[in-house]
Amino acid sequence: MLLIHCPYCEESREEEEFSSAGQAHIERPLNPDELSDEQWARYLFFRKNPRGLHHEMWLHAHGCRKYFNITRNTVTYQIMETYKMGQQPSVIASEEGQS
Amino acid sequence: MQQYSGFGLFKHSLTYHENWQRVWSNPIPKKHYDVVIIGGGAHGLATAYYLAKEHGITNIAVVEKGYLGGGNTARNTTIVRSNYLWDEASHLYEHSLKLWEGLAQELNYNLMFSQRGVLNLGHTLQDMRDIERRVNANRLNGIDGEVLTTAQVQEMVPILDCSKGARYPVMGASWQARAGTARHDAVAWGFARAADALGVDLLQQTEVTGIRRKDGAVEGVETNRGFISAGKVACVAAGNSSVIAKMVGMELPLESHPLQAMVSEPLKPILDTVVMSNHVHGYVSQSDKGDLVIGAGIDGYLGYGQRGSFNVVEHTIAAIIEMFPVFSRVRLNRAWGGIVDTCPDACPIISKTHIKGLYFNCGWGTGGFKATPGAGHVFAHTIAHDDPHPLAKPFSIDRFTSGELIDEHGAAGVAH
Repeated sequence: MLLIHCPYCEESREEEEFSSAGQAHIERPLNPDELSDEQWARYLFFRKNPRGLHHEMWLHAHGCRKYFNITRNTVTYQIMETYKMGQQPSVIASEEGQS
Repeated sequence: MQQYSGFGLFKHSLTYHENWQRVWSNPIPKKHYDVVIIGGGAHGLATAYYLAKEHGITNIAVVEKGYLGGGNTARNTTIVRSNYLWDEASHLYEHSLKLWEGLAQELNYNLMFSQRGVLNLGHTLQDMRDIERRVNANRLNGIDGEVLTTAQVQEMVPILDCSKGARYPVMGASWQARAGTARHDAVAWGFARAADALGVDLLQQTEVTGIRRKDGAVEGVETNRGFISAGKVACVAAGNSSVIAKMVGMELPLESHPLQAMVSEPLKPILDTVVMSNHVHGYVSQSDKGDLVIGAGIDGYLGYGQRGSFNVVEHTIAAIIEMFPVFSRVRLNRAWGGIVDTCPDACPIISKTHIKGLYFNCGWGTGGFKATPGAGHVFAHTIAHDDPHPLAKPFSIDRFTSGELIDEHGAAGVAH
C-alpha cells in the first residue's frame, strides 16, 4: 500500500483514496487537423513505460477530487515527490527512464 | 530425448529413479545463431519449439535472464479458453485451444490439461446481453459456447451463492465446455524439453543488455555472457518488452502493471470448474493439488516490482466471498505478483518491426497463458517467413496507427 501526499490537501493518505491516471505532462495537440496518423497514434496510445523514475498523474478520488503529479520509481515504488498540476518536477526522470 | 511412458516409470523404479536423463542441457553459448529468442517463458519456448519443428530452423538460442518459466508463466492462474468476442481474437485463441487439445501427446509431457469448462457469470441485464452476444459470436466462429440459466449454474456449482438475496444476484452465465486449466510450469518444461531435443540452446542466467544493429538490421545481442551474433532476434519478454524496445530506440504502446494472484491452503475437491465474474471482479478454480487459485485485478499504476498493493487483493477476496460464502474461512497460503504488459485494446502485438530481423510478441496483458501454443505457433511462422502468419496479421503494431484496433476489453477484462 502506497502512502501518498496530496499537494492540495497537504496530507499523506492511503493509496485507496487515490486512483492512478497514467503518464503526466501529456499535452493535447494544438493543431489536430495537421497531425499525421503516426502523430495521432503517438498522442493516443504510446506511453513511456520506464523501468525506473516515472512522472505520473493521480486523482485524489476520495479526497479533494483534484488531479496532481507524482514522480515515482516503478521498480521500488518509492515516491520521490508529489507536485501540483502545472508545476514541473524537481526530480527529473532521465530519457532512458533509469533512475 | 528419453520418451516418458508408464513402462519407463516401471523400468526406472527398478533403479530407484536415479537414472532419469536430464530434461534439458545447459549449453555454452555459440558465437552465432540463426534466431535468438529473448525470454525463456512458455511463449518464448513454444516459439523455439515450433521454429525447430515446423520451419526446420534449429540453430536457435532462447536467452533467459533468470530461469525457464520463472516469470508470468509461473505466476498466472492457468486458465485456458477461447471465448473472445471479435473474429480476429477468437480465431487466434481458438487456434491455440486446438493446439492445447493435442499438446500433451505431441510433447510427450503431462501438461495436466483439464477441459473442465469455464463459467462467466452475469449479474445484471447488461451482463446477460453481453454474454448472449459473445456466445453467439463464438458459435458463428465455430467455438463452443452456451448461455446458462441461474438454475443450470446452480446445479453445476452448488456452492455458488445464486440466491436472490445476494448483493449481486447471479442471473445466468456463459459456458465454454472445452475451456479449462493446464499445469503452467509443465507447459514451460514440456516445450523446453521438446525444443532442447530438437537442438535448441536454452541459455539461462543470460541477460540481454543491448541489441547490436547495422544498416537498419539486427546483428545480434549483447549479453552478460558476451556478444551473441544472430540473424534474427525475437523478443518475447512480456512485462519487460518496453525495456528491450528501448534498447533499439523503439517505443511500444504498452504499459506494464503488476497483476496479483494467490492460492489457498489445499482443500478436498470442492470446485470442478472455473468460475469467473466480470462484474464483482473475481475468478477462481481449484488445482489438482487442492488449493483454490484466485486471480486479482491489475494495480492501476505502472510497476515492474512483481508485487502489487494489498487493497487489490482485498477487493478480490471480497468478491470471492460474495460468490462463495463457503470459502469465508479458508486461509490463503501464498500471494504474488507478475508484470503484465497491457495494450490499449487488450489484444497482443505479434509483429515485425521497422528494424529488419527484429520481431515482437508482447502486449498479452492479463491473458497470455491460454495462448501459449497458438502464440508460439504463429510467431514462429512470422519469424521464419519474415511475413506475418494470417492469424497474426491483425495483431501487427501498425494497427495503432491505422486505427484497426481489436477491442477485447469485454472478453479479456477480468477473465485472465
